[in-house]
Amino acid sequence: MSDKTRNDEKMNNVTEDTALVLSDIGMRFNLSKEKVDSVKEYFIKLVKHELKFDEFWALRNINFEVKKGERVGILGLNGAGKSTLMKVIAGVFRPTEGSVYKQGVLAPMIELGAGFDMQYTGKENIYLYGAVLGYSRKFMDEKVDEIIEFTELKNFIDVPLKNYSSGMKARLGFAIATVVKPDILILDEVLSVGDAKFRKKSEKKLLDMMDTGTTVLFVSHNIDQVKKICNKALILDHGSLVTYGDMEDVVAQYEEMIK
Amino acid sequence: MNTKFEDYRKYSNLFVELVRKGIKLKYRRSYLGIIWSMIEPLLTMIVLTIVFGTLLGHTGKEFPVYILAGRLIYTLFSQSSTAALKSIRTNQGMIKKVYVPKALYPLSSITFNYILFLISLVVLLMVSLVLGVYPTWRVLLAIIPLFVLFCLSVGAGLILSTVGVFFRDMEYLWNVLLMLVMYTCAIFYYPDKILGSDVGWILKYNPLFCIISNFRSCVFGEDMNMWMLGYSSVFAIVSILFGVLVFEKNQDKFILYI
Repeated sequence: MSDKTRNDEKMNNVTEDTALVLSDIGMRFNLSKEKVDSVKEYFIKLVKHELKFDEFWALRNINFEVKKGERVGILGLNGAGKSTLMKVIAGVFRPTEGSVYKQGVLAPMIELGAGFDMQYTGKENIYLYGAVLGYSRKFMDEKVDEIIEFTELKNFIDVPLKNYSSGMKARLGFAIATVVKPDILILDEVLSVGDAKFRKKSEKKLLDMMDTGTTVLFVSHNIDQVKKICNKALILDHGSLVTYGDMEDVVAQYEEMIK
Repeated sequence: MNTKFEDYRKYSNLFVELVRKGIKLKYRRSYLGIIWSMIEPLLTMIVLTIVFGTLLGHTGKEFPVYILAGRLIYTLFSQSSTAALKSIRTNQGMIKKVYVPKALYPLSSITFNYILFLISLVVLLMVSLVLGVYPTWRVLLAIIPLFVLFCLSVGAGLILSTVGVFFRDMEYLWNVLLMLVMYTCAIFYYPDKILGSDVGWILKYNPLFCIISNFRSCVFGEDMNMWMLGYSSVFAIVSILFGVLVFEKNQDKFILYI
């Protein structure tokens, strides 16, 4: 991934205030009708020439650029490729075609609790997840109290995560991902978890972060939230980029689409 | 290549955290905790000594040391390779949601097993002293076979972790193969008879046997067998090169199979 990222620094349209550039992104999956995951099956099919896959492009020809501090809402129906796009940007998938250029630290919140270990306590997971984001133990030592306070987990912080409720895990994930002030924040359907009180608190936290210039990619089916948080938006449909522009125009078009 | 290096430096914290996690979780919720990494080999040594000492008539005082030295190394290899084999699947939760250099998973599981192995070497020292097998200066040379052992584990681990992603049955197959490795390592019998016979190559070409044999030589203050050292080193290096190649080539596809 990083090799590609490097090369694109030479791209001429990249300026200092660019946070993210996607050029010609395409992501292809092989949809095997039946999963071949045993050695025996594999060789039988290999010999019989039955190893066929159906190609499926989850994303094709995606081009767009995000400037620093912009908050982009990602809209689209189920299966439009929103999560795949986020995973390509996060580096989880390597795109089949094209390349992603990103500047700065990126914190993906694709399902909260990515990378948590269920046997580890809340506190240990804070350090583990901090390391996943590339922060040192020393740095996390300074931040750990702030994180624990934000989660309001109190006594539960020393309990293994397997005993947490899903809301508690979401809180912990949110608190860790946001305390470190990433340059780019990916939020994939994460504000729909937690109770109303925590949702309000996390929304406020996000808005505070945005004031300090964090770039946000926000995936949501909740148009009101998109309206509140974003200033730009894009629509994906069957793996293609339909529109990208100012939030009001795009949201209006989207509302027209889903009528 | 340069960026790859930077990538790994950035994630060195994560590597340390993963190793720490492996060690912490291994004995969590057991009363004796990490002390088990010493008690367990000691108990197994006693059982093996009673069984095979009686069966094969080895009553010498050095026999328990002989068994323990062999078993510790075999156990490390079997545990670290099995952990590496499963490492990508075990960490799929993380792999599916954030970008992390994937080699960290097999490498950290091998490293934490190796650290526990180094701790358990204390038992070997204690048993030797108690039984009167006093170490000579040659025991310092044990670092060499132990280093080869680490390299061999890394190479095997990288290959197995790649194969393990695509073929789930590798886990079961590897268990059987490990059993074969175990019997051809001469852990609880003296290999001289076999080495002198027509089938001696079965032992001689098993790199793990070569490592164990040289390690024992260091413990008992004898000369290492240079052919075995050379063979196991070359085997380890080739397995690392092959492992890196296979892993690098396939790691982007992992996500589609887990």
